[in-house]
Parts: sequence; structure tokens; C-alpha cells
Amino acid sequence: MAGELVSPTPALRGSARRTAALRLLRRRLIQAVPLMLGVVIINFCLIQMAPGSFLELMTAENQVSDPTTIALLRKTYGLDDPVWMQLLKYIWALLHFDFGFSYRQNMPVIQAIWIHLPATVLLMVSSIALAISIGVAAGVVASMKVRTFWDSLVSVAAMFFYAAPSFWLGIMMIVLFSVKLGWLPVGGMMKIGGNGGVLDILHHLILPTLALGLFYAAIYTRVMRSSMLEVAQLDFVRTARAKGLSRNKVTIHHVLRNALLPVVTILGVQMGTVLAGSVVIESVFSWPGVGSLLFDSVSSRNYPVVLGIMVLGSLVVIAANIAVDLIYMWLDPRIEIR
Amino acid sequence: MQRFEFLGRFARNRGAFVGACLILLVALMAAFASVFFPTDPLRIVGLPELWPGEDPEFPLGTDSLGRDILSMIVHGARATLLIGLFASAVATIIGVGVGAIAGFFGGWVDEVAMRAAELFQTIPNLIFVLTIVVILGSTLTNIVIAIGIVSWTPIARMTRAEFLSLRDREFVQACRSMGMSDFRIIVSEILPNALPPVIVLSSLVVAGAILFESAVSFLGLGDPNVASWGRLVGDGRQLIRSSWYICAIPGIAIMITVLCLNLVGDGLNDALNPKLRDR
Amino acid sequence: MSGSALPLEIVDLRTTLFTRRGEMKAVDGLSLTVAAGETVALVGESGCGKSLSALSIMRLLPDPPARIVGGQVKLNGRDIVPLPEEAMLGIRGKEIGMIFQDPLSSLNPVATVEKQIVEVLMTHTELGRGQARVRAHELLELVGMPDAARRLDAYPHQLSGGMCQRVIIAMAIACSPSVLIADEPTTALDVTVQAQVLALLKKLQADAGMAMIFITHDLGVVAETADRVVVMYAGRKVEEASVDDLFENPLHPYTVGLIGATPTPGAERAERLADIPGMVPPLNALPQGCAFAPRCPRVMDRCLTQKPALTAPAPGRLVACFAAERT
Repeated sequence: MAGELVSPTPALRGSARRTAALRLLRRRLIQAVPLMLGVVIINFCLIQMAPGSFLELMTAENQVSDPTTIALLRKTYGLDDPVWMQLLKYIWALLHFDFGFSYRQNMPVIQAIWIHLPATVLLMVSSIALAISIGVAAGVVASMKVRTFWDSLVSVAAMFFYAAPSFWLGIMMIVLFSVKLGWLPVGGMMKIGGNGGVLDILHHLILPTLALGLFYAAIYTRVMRSSMLEVAQLDFVRTARAKGLSRNKVTIHHVLRNALLPVVTILGVQMGTVLAGSVVIESVFSWPGVGSLLFDSVSSRNYPVVLGIMVLGSLVVIAANIAVDLIYMWLDPRIEIR
Repeated sequence: MQRFEFLGRFARNRGAFVGACLILLVALMAAFASVFFPTDPLRIVGLPELWPGEDPEFPLGTDSLGRDILSMIVHGARATLLIGLFASAVATIIGVGVGAIAGFFGGWVDEVAMRAAELFQTIPNLIFVLTIVVILGSTLTNIVIAIGIVSWTPIARMTRAEFLSLRDREFVQACRSMGMSDFRIIVSEILPNALPPVIVLSSLVVAGAILFESAVSFLGLGDPNVASWGRLVGDGRQLIRSSWYICAIPGIAIMITVLCLNLVGDGLNDALNPKLRDR
Repeated sequence: MSGSALPLEIVDLRTTLFTRRGEMKAVDGLSLTVAAGETVALVGESGCGKSLSALSIMRLLPDPPARIVGGQVKLNGRDIVPLPEEAMLGIRGKEIGMIFQDPLSSLNPVATVEKQIVEVLMTHTELGRGQARVRAHELLELVGMPDAARRLDAYPHQLSGGMCQRVIIAMAIACSPSVLIADEPTTALDVTVQAQVLALLKKLQADAGMAMIFITHDLGVVAETADRVVVMYAGRKVEEASVDDLFENPLHPYTVGLIGATPTPGAERAERLADIPGMVPPLNALPQGCAFAPRCPRVMDRCLTQKPALTAPAPGRLVACFAAERT
């Protein structure tokens, strides 16, 4: 605190902020390595703990008896080696995106997951977008009309959607909007025989998005409301009012952006649960994503696919988290890269 | 005296009070299920697909096989609540253990523990549970442990934070200077002080665990010998065109229970930190 | 200034807090005037109603619980108390500027300095964005911001406390208001920075002929800045005098106590602590008579039952104290 003598860091702007973002990106990528390693080790432990041999596990229910295939698998995963060597070989295989072969789909596991991934990412993105828009809007309304009828209405709705199981909500919405009213399709991603037109897909996307997104919308509403109320108490809000800005302008230009920060934080924490939630929702709506693949693989005990989904799912979560970090940095200039 | 104040604050919170009463009701229902409905709930007792109110003998109707839905709900309450409680207990034990050690010792121990927490937050939780269940078998124990394993991270973070703020207090330093062992300081000195907010969080974890279990059961991957509410929703799914109430009723039961647990958790939270109210 | 009207004239201002524990008269019949180019200091311990008076003038009271229940605030002759909120939007920041106590927390942490200054200009003037930017730069130079061009792009956390206060001053004077309210503007700053900010305020005021209300609990600052002083206690004005008269011959025992409690430069800590015993009474439990009576060294029987009214013992002086009347 040397008063005016302090020579503060120069303002970050333009290229300076870009390099800072790149530095953050690099640090997060480096931090991701041990995380992924942890996921792989947990995976390996599960395989080791499983009853039955590794070979039975990796060839799943298909009872592969072709001796050359079995010999190849023995070699790839080093089944005759000590455990730590097996782990290294497993990691080595995963590094080459060799997740094994899915006999059920008759293609490598990585390919089976890859073709299902876009549908899941679409569902995740649309659900998160819905959750944030509803959550932010409802939270702002509730905070501006605090302790009124509207505030109570928002709070009660949030309580309910926070407690309703998403799969049940999905089924109830099918009953109402598909069976009774006939407005929206029961499931699937496009009309049977459809060629995947954008409107067709959007039409099929509505219900799954609502079923998955409303739970998170409820969380964001509660967080946003309390965060708005908290920020509205801060000194700079009074300064903005003293400048002659109207209450609404102050809320939108000054309170909102500061209040968004906690929402972004929990968004990052919840990426994993959003992906997991889509597994259940995909099963309800026969949405052809990774969740359906997982459900199918779990039911048919197709272990290589199950394990592959766990590893790739974690990878998606890490990537999404990095994206969230960058958004946070963009929203809050106080984040400096250590 | 202090305890009375706490209870008073809790009881003044109308939502929390109603929630606590309803939870008590559900718990009683679960405890005395076999008194109210002595027969096996999975036995066929009447005509199939009777709507609620159609036959006074079955106030909530019957399912596709002609089983009494009310009886199944009451018996299912036991499975659902027990799984929720035990899973939360597993999560609390892991979380308190990890959090206490991380917060007390700090340094690299803390670093490792927090990386581990991050790891378990990265793995999509339900996918992890399904993987464990499918590889190790869908027994009740496996499901409970799996849910506990994916739910401990918030508890660990909170315990760690409490320990961090308590470990340098005078009373802890006094114990240290008396030569008390680290283990005893953690268990008998710091833990009792750190526990109240952790217990509140555990009550919220029960709600989360119930939602988890219902999702696993709904997908048909629960213990085949247990008819929890989630499984009832899953069983009724095929008949939504004709008899959607079969699906709706157990779902409402889940929702009310989870809602009440959340209300109780929030109420406890408010009662613990009166300053944070109205936020 | 328009005609003969004073920039600011407050007449019998009453602001009450409506709380669950009853009504509290936070500002109880405050009257004061400030001429163009004049600085009036509003002095008292915390909780005496200084800040609520300032917020009443700005009509920025936290409502609930606070509300103006009576009196007038005349800005250049026009009473602004009955004005609707929309009309106040055109007054705040344009005709009255305000400076706050904690400069860092009084700036939006996620907006640049430029954005926050431009915002005032675009609200109250016809300037386009580009012109407003140029003007913001000029304002920063005017308030003596070192390296002003570069600071425009800075965020508050990148600036020191003194620089943040300069930014806030720049925003407050951006539209050349006729009245400037400074609410403890130097309390959160280092001593050296305090002096710089005070000098800056004096200079800006002299150049523009602004009327300034300077709120502080620090009489040392008052001696340097103010022309006239109003001492408040428990929501009421207890003494008013020119700054010289006040320090030479304080009349109210409370003022005497305050001056005694003021650290004089060079004095040892033990010497200057002629603190007033006791605390400001809570507003919902004011004594029946003079609010200062329980702490007053010169208390008389009368003080316990009757509230002393303001009297003028000399031209330009006011005091509300039975003991002071007698001497």
C-alpha cells in the first residue's frame, strides 16, 4: 500500500488478454494429464476387481474363440505380464485410442462411441443453454421482485424441479405433450426415414432438453437469485445509482454480470453430472447418443464400450471445464494467471 | 439453551417444519410397511390396470399385473430411504475422512486429496455408478457403495474448510502442547466442532442419493430383489399410453421425499447460519 | 448560479427508519445551506445521521426501511423531495455528484475505468461514444491520474486506492454538478494520499465554484477543508459555526469532546485520547431530554427532561445546549 507510488500492472487488453487466455489454456491442459491418468487407473482397477478374466471381460458376451484374436488381445494388454506392466500397456493402448473392439457393433470401441457423441453433445449443449437462460432470467426476476408473489412463484417452481427425477419428468412430459396433446414426438432424434433436417431434429430435441435442463435451471435460478441479491448490496451499485442510472439499468449493466460469476462456477462443477444425466434422458427418449450406447452396452455386458465411455466421458467433462474456465476469465478481469 | 434456540429457529421456518413432518411420515411408513400391508407387495391381488379410486380396496390403483400400487409404494419407501441413508453414510465417512486429513495436515496431503476430489468430480457420476454396478454386479451393497463413492466430494470440501479454520485455534494448540496425538486431536477435538455443517450437507446428500438410486433402478440396473420407487417408475414405463398413473405415482413419491429432504436441509442450514437467511 | 437561489438549501429535513423495532428518527430536523464555492463539513461519530443525510439529499435511501418524512431539499431553489424517481435520474450525477468512502469497492470490478466514466457522460450529455471517450480521458487528466491514457483501459483492481478515488471524483464532476457530496472520501486512504485527494477536491471546487458537503468524523480533515462546520449528534444538528470559530471556541460539550478526541499531528497517542465516554445511544432508545446528556460532562437536571433548541449566541453561530446558553 504505497499509495500513488504503486505502479500497477498494465491493463490487459486485446493481445495481452489473449496471451493470458492461452496461458490459462496451457495450464489447464497440463493439469488435465494427471486427471485423465487417474480416470484410467480407476478404470484399470475396476477391470482387475471384476469377476472373471480380463479376456472374458474384453471380449464381452460374444465368447470369441478365434485363437488368433485371443492371442492378439493377450499381447496387446500383456496378460502374461505383472499387474503394473499390464497397467502401462493399458495406458499405452488408450493413448493410441485403442479402447478395444466392440463385437456387438462390429467396430472399434472408439468408433462406436465417436458416432454417438454428437447427439449427446447436442443434448448437453441445448440443455445447458436452456438451464442458463431460464435460470438467469428467473433468478433476475425473483431478485428484482424479492418477497413478492413472483419471487415466491419462482422459488416454489425451482424447489419442485430441483426435486423431480429427470427421467420421471421426461415420461410425464411425453404423456402430456406426445400422448395426450400430440404436439411433440415421443422419442428418437428424427422422423423415421427422415434425413435429419434441422427443424426435424429441433422438434425432437425439445422434450429431452426440457427434461434434462429444467433440473439445472432450478439450481441456477436459486444461485442467481441469491447472487443478485448479494451483489445488489455492494458499494459499486450505489455508485452507479448516484450517477443517475435507473434501477433497471443498474441491474442489467452492473449487477447482472457480477452476479453471473457463481453460476459459471457451478456450471463447471456440474459438467460431469450433466453428461451423466443425459444417459438417463437418452434412454427415456431413445435419443441415439452415448447414453443409449452405454445403456445398451451395460445391458449386454459389453464392457469395453462401458469402460471406453467412462474414459471419453471424463475427457468431454475436462474439455467442457476448460471452456468454462475461459468464459469465467472473460467475465471476470480480476482472474490473473499465476 | 443454545440447542433450544437452534430448534426454535428451525421450527419457525415453515417449509423446513412441514418437510421434517412429511419425512417422519415416510419413515414411519417405511418402518411399519409390513404392519400395514402384511402380504408381499409383489403379489397379484386384483384386476390389472385399475385406476386410482376405481376400486376402494386399491386407493392408488393396480399395475399391469394387478399388484396393489399403494402397497408397493409403502414397501418401496423402505428400500428407497435405506439406500439413500446408507449411501449418504458412505459418502459422509469417505468425505469426512478425506477432508479431515486434507485440512488438518495441509501441504502435499491436502494437494493429493483435493486432486482426488477433482478426479471424482470429473468422472460423470452416473456413468461411474453404472460401470461399477455392471462390472461388480447389481447388488444392494454395490449400489450403495457406488453412490457413496460419487457423492463424497462436497462433504470432503466442506470438512476440509472447517478443519482449515479450526486447526490453528487456541484449544487445538493447547491440545498439541499437551502432547495429544494427531489422531486424537482430529477425532475428539476438531471433528465435533466441524460436524454440524457437515451433517446438514449429508442430509442433502441423502436427497441426491435417492435420486441416484431411482435413476439406476429406473434403468433396470438396480438390485432385482428390491422394488424401490425408481424401479416402479421404470416398470410402468411401457404402459404410459393407457395407464400413465402407474408411472406417475412412484415418481411423485420420489419428488415429495426429495423435496422434503431439501427443505429440511435448507432449514437446518438457515438455523445454523441465521445471518445467511434471506439470501 | 441561477438568480439568488443557493445551490443547496436544506430545511428541516426529517428521515425516519421504519423497522420492526419501531420508528427511528435518523435525521431529525436538519437545516443547512451551502453557498457556491463553499464547503460545509458535516461532522459526528458514526451513527449520528451524517451518511443518511447525504443519501437523503441524493434520494438514494435504502427503502425500506428509510424514508424522508418531512422537510425540503432545495437544489438551486427547487425542492427535490417531492420529485418523482424519473426526475431524480436527471439530477443524480448531473446536478449533484457524490464521492464515497471506500474507493475500490465503489467501482464495478468487472468494468473498465473508461466504461464507468463514459457511462455518466452518455447518461447526462449529448456526447457520442467517441466524444465521451475523449472527455473521459480529459477528466482523468483533470483529476491528476498519472498516465491517464493507459488507465482508461484498466480495471479497478489494477489501480491503487488513491487512483480509484480519483476515478470516482472524475465521475462525480464529469457533468459539472453544482453540488458535490463527499462522504468520508479520504477515510479509507493512506495519510499521504489523503492529503493529495483533499488538495484535489479543494482545487476542483475552487475552479468550478461547486458547493460541497464534506462528511467526516475526522476534525483534522475539517480544519483543512471546510469553511463552515455542522456538528450532528443522534440525527440532530447540535452546533454550527465557521471553522475558525469552532476550533477557537467550541460551544457544545460534544464538539469540545470531538476536538479533544482529534489526533493532533505529533501528539502522542496517550495524550490525545481525551475520548468522549460512552457511545452514541441507539436511535430507538433516545433519552427524553438532550440526546447527549448521558455522556455530557456539564449535564444539568434540565437536560434530562427537555430537548435544547438551537439558539444563536453570536452572529453566524448556532448551538443546541442549555449549558452553552448560560456561558
